[in-house]
Amino acid sequence: MQTIITGRVWKYGDDVNTDVIFPGKYTYSLTEPQEMAAHALEDLDPAFAAQVQPGDIIVAGRNWGCGSSREQAVICLKAAGVGAIVARSFSRIYFRNCINHALPIVTCDAVDGVNSGDQITIDFAAGTVTTPQGVYTFPPLSPEARAILEDGGLIPHVRKQLGL
Amino acid sequence: MSAHTFVEKVLARQAGRELSPGEIITVRPDRLLTHDNTADIARKFRKIGVRRVADPTMNVIVLDHVAPAANETYAANHRAIREFVAEQGIPAFYDVGAGICHQVLPEHGHAWPGAIIVGSDSHTPTYGAFGAFAAGIGRTEAAAVMATGSIWLRVPPSIKITIHGHLPPRVTPKDVILHIIGEIGADGATYQAVEFGGETVSAMSVAGRMVLANMAAEMGAKNAVIAPDEKTLAWLAPRLAAHDERSLAQLWAEVRPDDGASYARELHFDVSELPPQIAKPHTVDNVVPVTDVLGTKIDQALLGTCTNGRLEDLRIAAEILRGRHVHPGVRLLVLPASREVLLDALAEGLIRDLVAAGATLLNPGCGPCLGAHEGAMAPGEVTLSTANRNFKGRMGSQGAFIYLGSPATVAASALRGEISDPRAV
Repeated sequence: MQTIITGRVWKYGDDVNTDVIFPGKYTYSLTEPQEMAAHALEDLDPAFAAQVQPGDIIVAGRNWGCGSSREQAVICLKAAGVGAIVARSFSRIYFRNCINHALPIVTCDAVDGVNSGDQITIDFAAGTVTTPQGVYTFPPLSPEARAILEDGGLIPHVRKQLGL
Repeated sequence: MSAHTFVEKVLARQAGRELSPGEIITVRPDRLLTHDNTADIARKFRKIGVRRVADPTMNVIVLDHVAPAANETYAANHRAIREFVAEQGIPAFYDVGAGICHQVLPEHGHAWPGAIIVGSDSHTPTYGAFGAFAAGIGRTEAAAVMATGSIWLRVPPSIKITIHGHLPPRVTPKDVILHIIGEIGADGATYQAVEFGGETVSAMSVAGRMVLANMAAEMGAKNAVIAPDEKTLAWLAPRLAAHDERSLAQLWAEVRPDDGASYARELHFDVSELPPQIAKPHTVDNVVPVTDVLGTKIDQALLGTCTNGRLEDLRIAAEILRGRHVHPGVRLLVLPASREVLLDALAEGLIRDLVAAGATLLNPGCGPCLGAHEGAMAPGEVTLSTANRNFKGRMGSQGAFIYLGSPATVAASALRGEISDPRAV
């Protein structure tokens, strides 16, 4: 896992739910990550899927990823190239799904200091997000979550645990 | 020993030591629920590289989300699941028509006081109505549970919600939980456990308590629990071969919250004068009294889902619609939550009353709630639903509008063709 990530911001608000991140009508019909990426954030920001660049960072308000447990809401963003998600808070299942797919997430208030299009830098070792408006700090992940992230997600992590 | 909440006690039994919020422990769940997403979970399971599931009796698989299959893709998905069930020798498999997983699991003895249940569905907390610890997880995580038989969980802080007062006529548990979500917000309980109690909850049926636990997910809760009482134990006992009411009471006694346990928040609600509640588009915490939205025209009315597809829900709708007819501009869809509910409703004549009033009866299952079949919406259309989510785009078109209300409000509104007060019909 990279310890420092710099990327361009896509800024969103509070309570962005998994239905607008990845619509339920596709949950059983699309199975390939790249197909999912084409519909990422379709019902929230139709420009996103067309314009997102590898390494871009989503910065949002409270309760990002509330709603359904659907993992495609993480996979579609990862496949679209999103490098990290920074939010004031995450819904619980979404948080776990990010760790399990090795999509780095940061819980802090950086949304206060950014606009869409800004460049920001996340330093995971230092626990800081540097924005044009200032530096925001965040607590480290638990050792359990860090281990899964560092192994590249839950499947490689479990394989390692089982000695496979 | 210090005093502990339910979630601290239920998880401590497996940890073998006292636990505090924030600690991370590994547990072996008693049950793992998966549904139509089992085909994808099986693919992830194979990617891990294990041949056999850790314990086939841990798995419960229910086909409910797009069931019967809407097209060839869904059909192939279901077939892959049936093959996986046969290959792994999983006994608890409920095929198309059994009902919605959150009704089927308790009906078939897969939920009990003190059980630890994880499920690849966000409404898994429903089983807290039976004194179980139940939490939603993602697909990859479900695959890892299949492979290892275990999962890590963080011990959450708890919120205690006490509900007081006698519910007015035609005001239901759904109105109570919508009101609470409106008050504390869609993230009011994120990553926390909720304990519901109070005299209003004690007076509720088992079905009503399931509504509270089911919708705790909509305030972000990890799990929710309601203390089982004689009603719960009488409902459960015939469904659990190894238990009677006395042994179930003993299971609860081992995990019931201690007096003096420490809570992150303690909230009190008085519902004795609560009017029927409506969640307006497009968030569940956008809640108003029904009187604020009277007259909103509806195209479709949905009675069912894992929130409100139970016998008492069909009963109150039938009471309102019996001998009358749904408004000509409205499609009323009725989906009993399970085969058992459907059979009971048939025996009581409720289905006859509803269909005679113009309802379209659909098979037990999730139906149109997730927008994949059986009543998807066109742009500009309005549905009033007894479901638990009204997110933009959820029922098909992102240009459609979903309002949430109780079964009584849905029936009254189907009758009038517009959102109506069930106390006035």
